[in-house]
Amino acid sequence: MRKRLWLILAVGVIALAFGVVGMMDRLRFGLLHVGYGTPIPWALWVVFYIYFIGLSAGAFLISSLVYVFGFKQYEAIGRIAVFTALVSLITALLFIWVDLGHMERFTEVFTRPGFHSPLAWIVWLYTAYFFLLVAEAWFLMRRSFARGARQGGLKGGLYRILALGTQEGTPADEARDMRIVRVLGSIGVPLAIAFHGGTGTVFAVTIARAYWYSGLFPLLFLVSALASGGALLTAVAAFIIPNGYQRHRELVISLGRLLLILLLVEVLMEVAEFLVSLYGTAPAHTAPIQEQLFGPNWWIFWMLGLIGAVGLPMLVLVTAGRRSGLAVGLVALLSAICFIGIRWNIVLPGFALPELPGLEYALVEPHLNYLARYTPTIMEWQVSAFAIGIALILFAVGYHLLPLEKEPSTETWQRQEVSR
Amino acid sequence: MPVEVETKSMTIRMLEDLHRALQKPLEERRWGMVIDLRKCVGCNACTVACKAENNTPPGVAYHVVIEEEIGQYPNVARRFLPRPCMQCEHPPCVKVCPVNATYRRPDGIVVIDYDVCIGCRYCLTACPYGARSFDFEDFYTAGHTPEVAAYDTNPSFEYGRLHQRLPGRLNQSPIGNARKCTFCIHRLEKGMLPACITTCLGGARIFGDLNDPKSLAAQMAASPRVVRLKEELGTEPSVYYLL
Repeated sequence: MRKRLWLILAVGVIALAFGVVGMMDRLRFGLLHVGYGTPIPWALWVVFYIYFIGLSAGAFLISSLVYVFGFKQYEAIGRIAVFTALVSLITALLFIWVDLGHMERFTEVFTRPGFHSPLAWIVWLYTAYFFLLVAEAWFLMRRSFARGARQGGLKGGLYRILALGTQEGTPADEARDMRIVRVLGSIGVPLAIAFHGGTGTVFAVTIARAYWYSGLFPLLFLVSALASGGALLTAVAAFIIPNGYQRHRELVISLGRLLLILLLVEVLMEVAEFLVSLYGTAPAHTAPIQEQLFGPNWWIFWMLGLIGAVGLPMLVLVTAGRRSGLAVGLVALLSAICFIGIRWNIVLPGFALPELPGLEYALVEPHLNYLARYTPTIMEWQVSAFAIGIALILFAVGYHLLPLEKEPSTETWQRQEVSR
Repeated sequence: MPVEVETKSMTIRMLEDLHRALQKPLEERRWGMVIDLRKCVGCNACTVACKAENNTPPGVAYHVVIEEEIGQYPNVARRFLPRPCMQCEHPPCVKVCPVNATYRRPDGIVVIDYDVCIGCRYCLTACPYGARSFDFEDFYTAGHTPEVAAYDTNPSFEYGRLHQRLPGRLNQSPIGNARKCTFCIHRLEKGMLPACITTCLGGARIFGDLNDPKSLAAQMAASPRVVRLKEELGTEPSVYYLL
């Protein structure tokens, strides 16, 4: 395993070890030790959930540039993008699962669905998307599995299983597989738009929260997903592929340009949202924005969102990022991580005001305290670390074991075999 | 000719209205509440009665009284707004439930099937009145006494069934569920008024069948000085306030 994958694995294992106690607490005591409550019913885990689901949708949509829209220059990250989308999806679902009051009842979304609920719809869409990702990944890699099955050891054994009887095949077979991938990708694009737009819709339909109740919200979700997913893939291309930012300099810089455009659209939409909301006098509209800008957690907006996720990356992308793959990779990594701040500010400001004025003073009890500022508890951080640890371990191990990096084409590979 | 004035306790009259409504099929009743804000003294007897009746744990509040102070010292006045569940005709909380665990009964009461609710709390975010709570497994005496006191684990009789909460029983509803005011369905079905109605010392609360023009509630709800909360959202609450 490469050094950088070892590093990711090590961070993942440390996160998992830190988180395991919190996870045990979650399973033993339920939601008793969380910092949120009835006044703020959705908090840190929902923030992480929409963050990871956004990464998944973004990574997948960028993979579709290769497999559906034929942008060959991004081919080196095609499989990696599909794989990243799968890992992010699993992580997102883990976050939303631990947030349920009755984890054991999640199957009810399938057995007795509420057709009026966007939440039910997106769960079905996530499920369809999961199977589509697995199928697409398999068709992308099955010839590589077949070829790799000859080697001995763990990898050879694993590839023999994963090949599911696939033969190495001819270039024509491979071309047919790629046509199947194209069809799957073409189904996946509207699916990804639907499930992530749908995730935004979960928030956008709540008439009780003026901050979310906007037609802009689902679109904002899509743009954020593309930007954050694009940033993550750019960072992966630069730093996880060996010597990525040198070997694939053109690719990384090109991804940087794409990221710049996506960040610009993100800024445009945020500015529209902020200006319109702040113009009026209705507290339901103004308070959530003021809370983000000047509230106790002001730094999340300014430091993480504005500077980390958007401002600094844009500045570097229009200057040093035009020539340096390293610079692009670094700011893309920064942006991908700092997007969590933008996600926080999607969820939490929705609860900036109590539903009725004065409700905050009516009754103050544990988990019913409108006056207390929400701070995630150690248990919430531990459970988050646990889930992120699983994501990092899945990523490192999967990346190490699976044929994700672009191989020589079948023809080249056959020539190499003959010459041997 | 002298006019015959019917003098009768409001409670007796509401009970008669209730019993008359119970004679009708369920779908012909529409339970509603009228709260006279001029008579409310902000004593919170309703809040306490609700807690006692439904045995709700810490953090679960079906009913609260919101207090508001008007003016600046020394010229201040206070006004009170009791807030049960509005039992909306178009409840936003019901629409968003991904598993149909919450629904509106034919008599207008919005209920939760405790055995189905997955605890996603979407309904809590969707309610414009903050009328739903989540049961986080809190107990009033947990951590304060050597063991959780009996009154903390006494069962409640919501929905006409026995619900006992015990520490550590995570899978046992209503722990991990959304919870809300039910207009005390379990009492209504036994011919009793909701707990908050019987306990109101100012006589500010009126309950009855809004479909029955003879009921006190229906007559009061027709008053020109009636308002409902957040009418602009189109939720059509069944709780009316008399200004």
